[in-house]
Amino acid sequence: MGAPLRAIDVVVIGAGHAGLAMSRCLSERGIDHVVLERGEIANSWRTERWDSLHLLTPNWQSRLPGFAYEGNDPDGFRTIPETVAYIDRYAKVIDAPVKTHTKVTSVQPVDTGYQVITEERAWSCRALVVASGACNIARVPSLAAAVPARISQLTPMQYRNPSQLDQGGVLIAGASATGTQLAHEIQLSGRPVTISVGEHIRMPRLYRDRDIQWWMDASGVMDERYDHVDDIVRARKVPSLQLTGSPQRMTLDLNSLTTIGVKLIGRLAGIGDGKVQFSGSLRNQCAMSDLKMNRLLDAIDTWATENGFDGKVPAPTRLEPTRVEDSPPLGMNLNSGEIRTIIWATGFRPDYSWLGVPVLDRKGYIRHDGGVVSSPGMYLMGMPFLRRRKSTLIDGAGDDARDLSAHLESYLAGRR
Amino acid sequence: MAETGKKVDNGVNVEALLGAREALTAQPEAAKFRWRASCKWMNGTHSHSTVKEFFGLGDNQKHVTEFKFDADHPEIFASEDKGATPVEFVLVGLASCLTAGIAAVAQNRGIQLRSVVATIEGAMDIQGILGIDSDVRNGFDGIKVTYKIDADATPDEIKALVAQSQKRSAVYDIVTNPTNVTVQVN
Repeated sequence: MGAPLRAIDVVVIGAGHAGLAMSRCLSERGIDHVVLERGEIANSWRTERWDSLHLLTPNWQSRLPGFAYEGNDPDGFRTIPETVAYIDRYAKVIDAPVKTHTKVTSVQPVDTGYQVITEERAWSCRALVVASGACNIARVPSLAAAVPARISQLTPMQYRNPSQLDQGGVLIAGASATGTQLAHEIQLSGRPVTISVGEHIRMPRLYRDRDIQWWMDASGVMDERYDHVDDIVRARKVPSLQLTGSPQRMTLDLNSLTTIGVKLIGRLAGIGDGKVQFSGSLRNQCAMSDLKMNRLLDAIDTWATENGFDGKVPAPTRLEPTRVEDSPPLGMNLNSGEIRTIIWATGFRPDYSWLGVPVLDRKGYIRHDGGVVSSPGMYLMGMPFLRRRKSTLIDGAGDDARDLSAHLESYLAGRR
Repeated sequence: MAETGKKVDNGVNVEALLGAREALTAQPEAAKFRWRASCKWMNGTHSHSTVKEFFGLGDNQKHVTEFKFDADHPEIFASEDKGATPVEFVLVGLASCLTAGIAAVAQNRGIQLRSVVATIEGAMDIQGILGIDSDVRNGFDGIKVTYKIDADATPDEIKALVAQSQKRSAVYDIVTNPTNVTVQVN
């Protein structure tokens, strides 16, 4: 390597909310570190989100270490530019040692820890924090390869707004937060939407006059720890809650989509000879989702009673069960011209193509125990249910960073 | 959820199932099974099938006994009715798979079952199989399963058992999703 080598105690990869929260906690402990960022601060938020997206959590809830909401709309939902500005300001307030436009091309294990290679130099560090995000690559199922060429295919990372799409029908695969939000705005743009529904989690935006996130936060659901849940592998795979952050605080569920004319179909099961087949499991997917939602609401009601909220907030209510037609279609001819675009809202996965440390499981995810990676001195941040249910949220980064920075400090001191 | 401390016994060894799940997560190759049956034509629409061996856990396995099944068609189809029709075997497969799943899920969730009874009905327009109308499919238009369940659980907990059983059922998946089928003649 011709590039100069610099030694530092800790390298943090990624200057999003998770990497910055960790940076703040490391600074508090007086630990020398650098945060390497491939683009700008909050890069994914700047470059990989659609125009109308708002955060799914209310403004008050994006609490980062040493930084909380001070505006006059605590129950509102940030737009993407507002989210970028928020994270940008956090980086300044905590004076994070960020190097922007510094893309990490490789990380290798060495005797003294890790060597982190960027385009201009190599860093040698004793501990490493991977905060490069959970959603770097849009997942596209392999059956996408069989879609006829006349149909445009798009992932949510490429989607910005409906005007980008041809006039005509749109098939959206996936009915979690992304799929339902896109279905809503695309249907309203005059393009008839068919949405393919697999496992999803239905949730009212407001429940008993408070935001659902408030209830989950107050009742301790969000603080549930990774080592206290029955099946953490499953808990980490749970899809995003079917929520949207709109100024009207609307509930976006399959019934609201059906009401505006969106057609529900089962999971995409196969494509061949220009025909797509849908699973016959739609009814059960919807029944499961209704049952899960009602279980959570039951738990919230119990907590509300125990904590003296009855009488202070409206009485419990339940949403109408998800409406499914008697015989939803099981197939569609993709050559009929009815569908012009397919959007794969089938989830995201992290990109670890640069990571040369052998810590990946057979699905390509980093093996870790609450963010403590199996390779000594290596830590993970910003992944679903990393240490707590809220680890998925901006609001979860603080507690995770506090715990993991404490672990990291003892590691550097030779106590771990 | 049922009270903890109370012994729940649905005759399902959940510990063994969970142990197998853990072992097979570590050794995914052993999880690859092949299920087999053989079928011999007897006469007319009557056939005789047997099920004995299968492959799994990296080795050939055997049922404790050979199971025998006669399939035929009813007399109104001018057949001799020496067994259930093949489509009824599909219904039996689906109902028994879902029912086994309910017992396993209930055991895992600590719910004591007292009685589980399913009735299952598949609707079919036989204009398809008779070649009268090519727009009518050969198979079922739809299948309806109705459960009567008596258990130590709330109605929603019972519904959740049935929902989870569908989620994990092999036959439910086989029936609701397409499968590549290769039929060859040797």
